[in-house]
Amino acid sequence: MNIVACIKQTFDTEAKIVIDNGQVSDQGVNLIVNPYDEFAVEEAIRLKEKNGGEVVVVSVGGDKTQEALRYCLAMGADRAVLIQDPALDNTDNIGCATALAKLLAGMEYDLVFCGKEAVDDGAAQVPSMLAEKLDLPQVNVITELEVADNQATATREIDGGSEVIEVQLPVMLSAQKGLNEVRYPSLPGIMKAKRKELKVVSLADLELSADDVAAKTELVAAELPPARKAGQVLTGEVEEVVAQLVKLLQDEAKVI
Amino acid sequence: MDFSYNEEERMMMQMTRDFAEKTVKPLAEETDRHHRFPRETVEKMAELGLMGVTVPPEYEGAGMTNVCYSIAIEELSRHCAATGVIVSVNNSLACEPVKLFGTEEQKKKYLADMASGRKLGCLGLTEANAGSDAGNVSTHAVLDGNEWVINGQKIFITNGNEADYCILIAQTDKSQGHRGLSAFIVDLDNPGFKVGTLEDKLGICGTSTAELVFEDCRIPKENLLGELGKGFKIALITLDGGRIGIASQALGIARAAIEDATAYAKERVQFGKPIASLQAIQWMLADLSTEYDAARLLTHRAAYLKDQKLPYNKEAAMAKLMASELAMKATTKGIQILGGYGYTKDYPLERYFRDAKITEIYEGTSEIMRLVISANILK
Repeated sequence: MNIVACIKQTFDTEAKIVIDNGQVSDQGVNLIVNPYDEFAVEEAIRLKEKNGGEVVVVSVGGDKTQEALRYCLAMGADRAVLIQDPALDNTDNIGCATALAKLLAGMEYDLVFCGKEAVDDGAAQVPSMLAEKLDLPQVNVITELEVADNQATATREIDGGSEVIEVQLPVMLSAQKGLNEVRYPSLPGIMKAKRKELKVVSLADLELSADDVAAKTELVAAELPPARKAGQVLTGEVEEVVAQLVKLLQDEAKVI
Repeated sequence: MDFSYNEEERMMMQMTRDFAEKTVKPLAEETDRHHRFPRETVEKMAELGLMGVTVPPEYEGAGMTNVCYSIAIEELSRHCAATGVIVSVNNSLACEPVKLFGTEEQKKKYLADMASGRKLGCLGLTEANAGSDAGNVSTHAVLDGNEWVINGQKIFITNGNEADYCILIAQTDKSQGHRGLSAFIVDLDNPGFKVGTLEDKLGICGTSTAELVFEDCRIPKENLLGELGKGFKIALITLDGGRIGIASQALGIARAAIEDATAYAKERVQFGKPIASLQAIQWMLADLSTEYDAARLLTHRAAYLKDQKLPYNKEAAMAKLMASELAMKATTKGIQILGGYGYTKDYPLERYFRDAKITEIYEGTSEIMRLVISANILK
């Protein structure tokens, strides 16, 4: 069973966000594997351990992204491919999906895993775009999975419940929290990861041009959420206070 | 000069930090209060390879550097100093001497067992009359045919109640003084061995500190570790490495106090503003952070030197001296910053404070550290 897991390197979820010159600054920020992608990698490794085969972990990124891929290799993935190109520096979801799709088109796989979304932009676009470009069926936001006889049975979250979907392989699945418990890379795993293949490919290697991956969206502005205002304390007789409160709820909060 | 951590070291830091936060921290308060050995954590750490960090893979270790080892002990001790020392003792005091002085057969059996975490190790050196005067050991081993017969008592042995194997230092020729000491590997599953008194301690309550009693304890002749008469030297070399582990443990405790006190100072409002805006608090935190960085650099230098197979006896003593005294200072100041709250068991500062003290005592007191350092610079 050949499995591809797509990952993105993101800010640590505890990182302090700083806006510098209209851009989110990555100065001094600790970078991690996007937590939802860790569920994807974990599920891929578990399936491989059960059924044999190979797990290839892929990403779009820069020099630092190698470390995120190496972390997945330490968890137990077999090899990694990084798509790295200056033309991808300012791309967007569709650009990433285009590059990943081209890479995957040249690979053999039964399953493609992604995290349901990245914790940085929270867009949740790439998994579906990738599946569409590869003409694969997709099941998103899955919390349970069984794979047998060339068929996947996946449970996905929907509003107010869950639905179970049976689908033929190959398929793209995006992972939600709860799918599994992610392992820690063991010390021998960290040592073995150093010797595993981590291949870096450029857009030219994928026969893509800069235009093919050019961003179709534009970042107009980045700003921090406004600081929360201090609460208001109403004082006075009960009747007055209630009247004030009702008025505020109607006029300011506009909730009644 | 390069002060950056390599990929392996950063991964070790990330993994152990995450593991300590999610697995070690939730048990720290309970294991301390009930004086309970965190067996379930030790099993998980064994699976991750933390029980034999620097042991080569052929003996089921991880084959990593001493810098990585130091990072791991610090991260574990950040949340639970008891967990930190359980791992440090197994790695530095039990695996290391077998790795350095063991025969191929001893490594295949005992080293592999301990590095994989299947078995837990301890070092039996200290006795009632042999503390800082470690050469004054009176436990003795006499050769009887193909067996050594051991008699005597060891005290204050960390991991003593749970250990499966003991690296034992015993007298084999009394007339030779400390040159008459030899090292042995003792499988504690032996009718001639029993655990005596368990100490009721101020801190590191999740670990056992036990008396080991040997009464006509017979072990195979081939369980002599290293050469006959080299036991004292083996013990001293083992303790040199152990000091990197204890320095790292002390760093973890100090960091815990600094981080907790910093977070509290930002939240706690007095005189209408967070106490972190008061210079009295700022200077305490500035001093502690500076000393923490200094102690950490000393510790990682000692680990680096050990990795390079260069002398590190003085440097390990400096690291342990500074880190352990910092752990005491940081936890004392940490409680001061929290004031009355810091003195209660509602916050972990008081546990850090109780745990810190032992780092100035075991594996060589601060006084012995100064003796080692001065002996190096005055020779």
